[in-house]
Amino acid sequence: MAYVEEKIIDLVDVCKSYDDTPAVKNLTLYIRKGEFVTLLGPSGCGKTTLLRMIAGFESPTSGHIYIEGEEITSKPPYRRPVNTVFQKYALFPHLNVFNNVAFGLKLKKVEAGEKDGKKIYRKLTKAEIAEKVNRALKMVDLEDYGYRNVNSLSGGQQQRIAIARALVCEPKVLLLDEPLGALDLKMRKEMQIELKRMHRELGITFIYVTHDQEEALTMSDTVVVINDGHIQQIGTPKKVYDEPANAFVANFIGESNILSGTMIKDYLVRFLGVNVPCLDKGFNKNEQVDLVIRPEDISISKEGEGQFKGRVTSSVFKGTYYEMNVLSGDYEFTVQNTSEFYVGEEVVLKIVPDSIHIMRKMRTINSFEGEIEDENTVYFCGGSFEFLNPDEKFEKGDTVIVKIPFDAVEITDDEDDGVIGATITQALYKCSYYQAQVFTDEGEDFYVDTPYEWGIGDRVGIKIDPAKIAVEKAEDSESEGESANEEG
Amino acid sequence: MKKAKVFRPTAFAFPYIAVTVVFVIVPLLLVTVYAFRGNDGSFSVENFTYIFTNEAYRNSLFKTVGIAFLATLLCLLVSYPVAFVLASAPFNKMAVLALLFVIPMWMNFVLRIVALKSVFTWMGLKPSFWTGVIGLVYDFLPYMLLPIYTVLSNLDKSYVEASKDLGSNEFLTFWKVTFPLSIPGIISGVSMVFMPIFSAYAVTGLLADAGTTVIGRGIEQLFSQPSGYGAGSALSFVLLLLVFLVMFASSAISRKANKTLKGAKKK
Repeated sequence: MAYVEEKIIDLVDVCKSYDDTPAVKNLTLYIRKGEFVTLLGPSGCGKTTLLRMIAGFESPTSGHIYIEGEEITSKPPYRRPVNTVFQKYALFPHLNVFNNVAFGLKLKKVEAGEKDGKKIYRKLTKAEIAEKVNRALKMVDLEDYGYRNVNSLSGGQQQRIAIARALVCEPKVLLLDEPLGALDLKMRKEMQIELKRMHRELGITFIYVTHDQEEALTMSDTVVVINDGHIQQIGTPKKVYDEPANAFVANFIGESNILSGTMIKDYLVRFLGVNVPCLDKGFNKNEQVDLVIRPEDISISKEGEGQFKGRVTSSVFKGTYYEMNVLSGDYEFTVQNTSEFYVGEEVVLKIVPDSIHIMRKMRTINSFEGEIEDENTVYFCGGSFEFLNPDEKFEKGDTVIVKIPFDAVEITDDEDDGVIGATITQALYKCSYYQAQVFTDEGEDFYVDTPYEWGIGDRVGIKIDPAKIAVEKAEDSESEGESANEEG
Repeated sequence: MKKAKVFRPTAFAFPYIAVTVVFVIVPLLLVTVYAFRGNDGSFSVENFTYIFTNEAYRNSLFKTVGIAFLATLLCLLVSYPVAFVLASAPFNKMAVLALLFVIPMWMNFVLRIVALKSVFTWMGLKPSFWTGVIGLVYDFLPYMLLPIYTVLSNLDKSYVEASKDLGSNEFLTFWKVTFPLSIPGIISGVSMVFMPIFSAYAVTGLLADAGTTVIGRGIEQLFSQPSGYGAGSALSFVLLLLVFLVMFASSAISRKANKTLKGAKKK
């Protein structure tokens, strides 16, 4: 018998911009019935906006949202079969606990038979409401709190009331917007288990927004990693952790060593000057790749087998293991091990094929469309750049493709030193350099290899080495896009 | 060795205390003394008997209470919707708009009332009870608008969202969430409008007809002749008591409301 996966929520090509600033970009995603789905991403990535669009507090700039096949894109929140647990609880301060939980029930209408072929509805009676409220309070372990003032409750208790208030309405989907963010660590752990239990018992769909990767991994059936308004990866927690789709996901989820390498052939990758066997195939010969190795997957020993020799530069005790940095050549590995190696010790690192995960590079070269301004200047991304092009002659006004390797871009502290201004949006440590992503004022992304560490949001100027700009006649307008792995 | 003299910050309060003693405490004591002194100089309540048996004063007392209630209610009915609109999108991003409603407060009120009087004359409205009330409403509107606007614009939007999320439409959300949460603003608006109106007599004096005399006017008339000091003081004393009563009631209500609404503000 064929097993049909029932979609409960379907988002099709959803975009949302605030004053021309895009928050969610062409996002397509479906959520299966009964799933515990986590939308995970750094702050400002668009995850909360997405949740608010499902709840009905924001309407998409374009695109469609369906619940159980019915389009709800422009329906107000009170006509959607979803309920929300708010970040700061939003319990009504003028109502006591009982009336907060009963708020939704007092408005709810239930079917009360048929009359003349038409369904008739009635309100719930007081007794029915009281019964449901008490059952909901019992579920969150606050049975005797009905007549308490909501302000007299602790943060954890308020959180439970907020959950009871949403669940008592029997929604098809429960939306949770970073609900545990304001709780202390111990309480947060307790509530994670509680929520998981409620999800199991009620069998309804939970959509959970968080920036805490650990929370996402422990609680969800499916994790949706979002960055910059795009879905980066959709998968089970294990898959997202073990096989991140790109360097962003690898960096965001868990500690990791991210390196640049070259695929020599199937099952063999070269990085830091060493050929290491791996389990990945299907890449082009000599294709530039990113690879991720989790710190707990590296074996460290004083003397023995291993591909990399190094020296311990730091060692921190983390409760059940030691986290050590090991400098090998010019890359600093992060290694976790239960036994400690002391700072200054010479060690050998061994990386087994199983622990290497190879990812396609998000982009291997910056490529833009430009226009020739002069014999050796080209205009793109809002600035005029010089280039050296001995071979080909261009006419003024020619449309060209400009290709700039990551290491040809120089970013400068002083915005005015550069040809154009930009903002750092991401910086990944890779071997002896950082790979930064900068967003120009004209709205283009640059990838830059830089020896310095930059902060997210730093304003910088961009300069490019004229000798390293490659300019080609535009034959087709194909330009390399970002690899966003949408629709899981 | 003598201890160095330390300048105490409380000294800053002395000028205020001095002014209060000279211009508030002493006159209040004088009013009390005058009110309870008979013609022969001994303690008596004859001044009170006089004003309560005199039909004109009794009427003006009732009229004052009536006008104050009516004008306050009208102020509330006019300001609330305006405050609501100003505090909601897209107007909440235009702080200048709220300022526009408050600017009249910066102008001398006698000037505004005289201007309104000529507008009434131009419109052909004869001075009456209602022109007096309209004048009062016009005069005190900003004092009602401002506290309500402040409460509404500081209200955490997530309460409104939570209400809609739980199934109430726009109207029910207003009625069950926004309005109850704005009560502290209403109370402070009411007390800022009701009490000044209670003792105001210039506005009704300039705008209303001769029949609409408020208690303030009565006091003024009594004090304009030396023989009226006793009765005038008694009338002032009654006015004072009524104001205290209203203040006490409103602060009791607002204390209760504030207690339940603690945390209703943006965190």
